[in-house]
Amino acid sequence: MMRRLFIGSVWFYFALLLIGPILYLAVQSFDEGIAAFWREVTKPEALHGFMLTLEITAIVLVMNLVFGTITALVLVRQHFAGRTVLSGVIDLPFSVSPVIAGFMLILLFGPETILGTFFGTLGVKVLFAMPAMVLATLFATFPFVVRELTPLLQTIGTDTEEAARTLGANEWQVFLKVTLPMLRWGFVYGATLTVARAIGEFGAVLVVSGNILMLTQTATLHIYQSYVDFNYVGANAVALTLLAVSFAILTVLELAKAKSAAIVTSAN
Amino acid sequence: MKIEVRGLTKQFGSVQAVSDVSFTVKEGELLGLLGPSGSGKTTVLRLIAGLETPSGGDIYIDGKRVNDLSVQDRNIGFVFQHYALFKHLTVFENIAFGLKVKKWKPAEIEPRVAELLSLMSLDSLEHRYPHQLSGGQRQRVAIARSLASRPSVLLLDEPFGAVDAKVRQELREWLIRLHDRLNVTSLFVTHDQEEAMEVSGRIIVFSKGKLEQIGSPAEVYEEPATEFVARFIGAMNILEGQVLNGVVKIGSLEFPASNISDHVHVQVGFRPYYVKVAEDPHRYRQPATLRHIYFLGVAYRLEIETGEGLILRSRMNKEEFRQYRLEVGQPVSFAVTHFRFLPQEGISFPSSASSQLFDAGPLTP
Repeated sequence: MMRRLFIGSVWFYFALLLIGPILYLAVQSFDEGIAAFWREVTKPEALHGFMLTLEITAIVLVMNLVFGTITALVLVRQHFAGRTVLSGVIDLPFSVSPVIAGFMLILLFGPETILGTFFGTLGVKVLFAMPAMVLATLFATFPFVVRELTPLLQTIGTDTEEAARTLGANEWQVFLKVTLPMLRWGFVYGATLTVARAIGEFGAVLVVSGNILMLTQTATLHIYQSYVDFNYVGANAVALTLLAVSFAILTVLELAKAKSAAIVTSAN
Repeated sequence: MKIEVRGLTKQFGSVQAVSDVSFTVKEGELLGLLGPSGSGKTTVLRLIAGLETPSGGDIYIDGKRVNDLSVQDRNIGFVFQHYALFKHLTVFENIAFGLKVKKWKPAEIEPRVAELLSLMSLDSLEHRYPHQLSGGQRQRVAIARSLASRPSVLLLDEPFGAVDAKVRQELREWLIRLHDRLNVTSLFVTHDQEEAMEVSGRIIVFSKGKLEQIGSPAEVYEEPATEFVARFIGAMNILEGQVLNGVVKIGSLEFPASNISDHVHVQVGFRPYYVKVAEDPHRYRQPATLRHIYFLGVAYRLEIETGEGLILRSRMNKEEFRQYRLEVGQPVSFAVTHFRFLPQEGISFPSSASSQLFDAGPLTP
């Protein structure tokens, strides 16, 4: 009896929060037929938004993988003054509203500031352009790779790398043949979370991008703009497409996980 | 290849992990580094391997000073306590790792790995991953991996510490056989005195970063050089007393000490099997009460209490035990047949003072 109640309440919770809204979104997207859906998704403004989101996500993913790995390695392996402070600060993006993050970038790179003037004289446009949007997305996604890798590095320890050294491997070989392969699942999870968050990022990007049509309007900004402009089918269609992409990423991840588990069991 | 260590010292911050340690591992020898945890034995091993840099002293492998050689260039095999296998690689790839890194040709790698697989009784496991192996198999893979490129010396850090007691025993015997066969100079670290005694030709006993004694298992056991060694290796009764008129009197026990000047405080040590116990209260000179009986499998350990409240341990073989039908609480008699004065810091005894035979009275009434 209690068991049924618990299972039932979980289903209800999921239905209310996830399944219901998604189904409703799917239905609403095709409210005016498949042709309307297709028109909304393929119109230049939407395509531009998808491309921009894709570009930002790709840049952010690469930067997070590189700097996230370095940061995690330094935090776990190096003992230096301020290590605990740094370790605590890494989670800050989780607790700061993206809007505030965007606002901080505006203050930092505004035309009146030293940085703003510096980049202005170089002719590099930071605010209301790609650089600020990448920075804003980086701010929101930076913790993911680091947070996936640090516990892994802690459990792995340094034995295996030392073993590789005793076998004659130089530092590069140790890193490429031992450290990176051992961290691979951390990379997969960190990358997935980064991509999902980068695709969905809205607040910080809205503040720093200026939401300029065909220039700095990402897919999520396009959804917002369509909604504000009473183009509900447009908003729903692009939203459903983004949702499908996120879902596809998660599915690929789960399949990869299942496959690696299958290799393990079949070899047994 | 010979390993020689001279004045080796290692400091971690304010902690002196290894202080002024010197010893030689002879060519082809299997030598055990024994000590409690935190005694610096693992640090010594890591210093020899090049995984740590010494704060002072020199390390020679095969007569060549290797202090400035990186771990990669020392040509050593190192076996880690928790295997440290590459989890993402198969058994074959693990063993081949060092060979690939050292640019062996594939045509040479395959027969070498196959040779090691059969040497380590790992045939048919080459395609498995480490998590699909038992603890004993993992450690054999780790040893095979360390031996693959024919290192000049093999260093093992608590090699059997992570497996259960039964597998540990098998691995020990197996390591001895392997060493007999390959004859590679080997140094292994253990905190288990029984393991050190069983596996090694010679033992080095460590305590607090210092070398306490080097010797064969029998030497270390029978002639402990320090109080620490006496207490650490095997069970020993240790009593303290003062020399007076050439005798140390502890309770009703008397130990002749003619070579030691009066008023010196000494420690008297004797192994449990040098304490003879009899059911008959008049068989031996000393009376006592039987407090505990421990069954050790091969023999019994008796704990007796003298009239003055001294607790002594005695070892009795099964045949004798069966004859006597001893019971806890009953009066017994005992005698100490051998004893030695334990060396103490700051006091040196004439060598004849140690290891003397002491006839504690007639064995027959």
